[in-house]
Amino acid sequence: MSTVRVRFFASYAELAGCETTAVEVSLPATVRDVVRRVREQLPGTRALPERPLAAVNLRHVKLDAPVGDGDEVALLPPLAGG
Amino acid sequence: MTHLTRVPISIDDLIRAVGGPERGGTCVFLGTVRDAPADGGVTGIEYSGYDTMADAELDRILAEAGKRWPESRIAVRHRLGLVETEEASIAIAAAAPHRTDAFDACRYVIEAVKQRLPIWKKELRADGSALWVDPHGRPAVVGPPAPPV
Repeated sequence: MSTVRVRFFASYAELAGCETTAVEVSLPATVRDVVRRVREQLPGTRALPERPLAAVNLRHVKLDAPVGDGDEVALLPPLAGG
Repeated sequence: MTHLTRVPISIDDLIRAVGGPERGGTCVFLGTVRDAPADGGVTGIEYSGYDTMADAELDRILAEAGKRWPESRIAVRHRLGLVETEEASIAIAAAAPHRTDAFDACRYVIEAVKQRLPIWKKELRADGSALWVDPHGRPAVVGPPAPPV
C-alpha cells in the first residue's frame, strides 16, 4: 500500500471537513482510485461531483492519471481565478 | 518569485517590471471586483487559492507566453484574501516592441488564468452573507446532495 496526501480547497474543504487527509491505495493506482478512497473515508465528500477537477504534484491531471507513493493529489472546485 | 499578493497591487511596479527601451507597447489588464446590485450588493470577494500550484501555474503560463512572443516581457499579480469592490484582484502587464504582440500576450495570459488558475472566490454580500461563487459569479453548485447514510 502507498500513501497519498489529498488536499481540499474552498467549498470542497467545507464538504470534507478538513483541508488535507491521507489515503492508502495499492499501486498501480490512479487519481480516480484516490477519489474513491476519499469518498469512503470522508462522507462529506460524497457530495463532490462525480468527476472533480484534480491535480497531482501541482499540475492539472485527468482522473486516469497515475499516482505514486508520496504524491500530493488536490481536488479542485471549479476554478474562479482572475 | 511569487505572483500572489495579499496587499493592493501596484500597477506602477508591474509596468516598471516589463518596461525597457526596446519595447514600445505596453498593455495592462486589470480585473476588478464588481458590485452586483441585483444580488443585493457585493462589498468584496475573499480570494483563496492553492498557493503553490497557482504560483507554479502562473510560471508555466508566463513561460508559454514568452515562447509565443519571445520579444515580450510579461508580469502578473493575483490578490489573495479580501479584495473590496472596485479593487483589482488581478493585474497583467505585457510589453513588446509593438502593440499587437503586447495586446495578444496580455490576452493570452488572462484567458489562461481563467482556465487554469486554482483560485476560488467567496462573495461577501451587503447583507452580511457570504457564498462561494463559480467563475461566472453565480452561486457555486458543489454537487448532488449526499446520499443518506
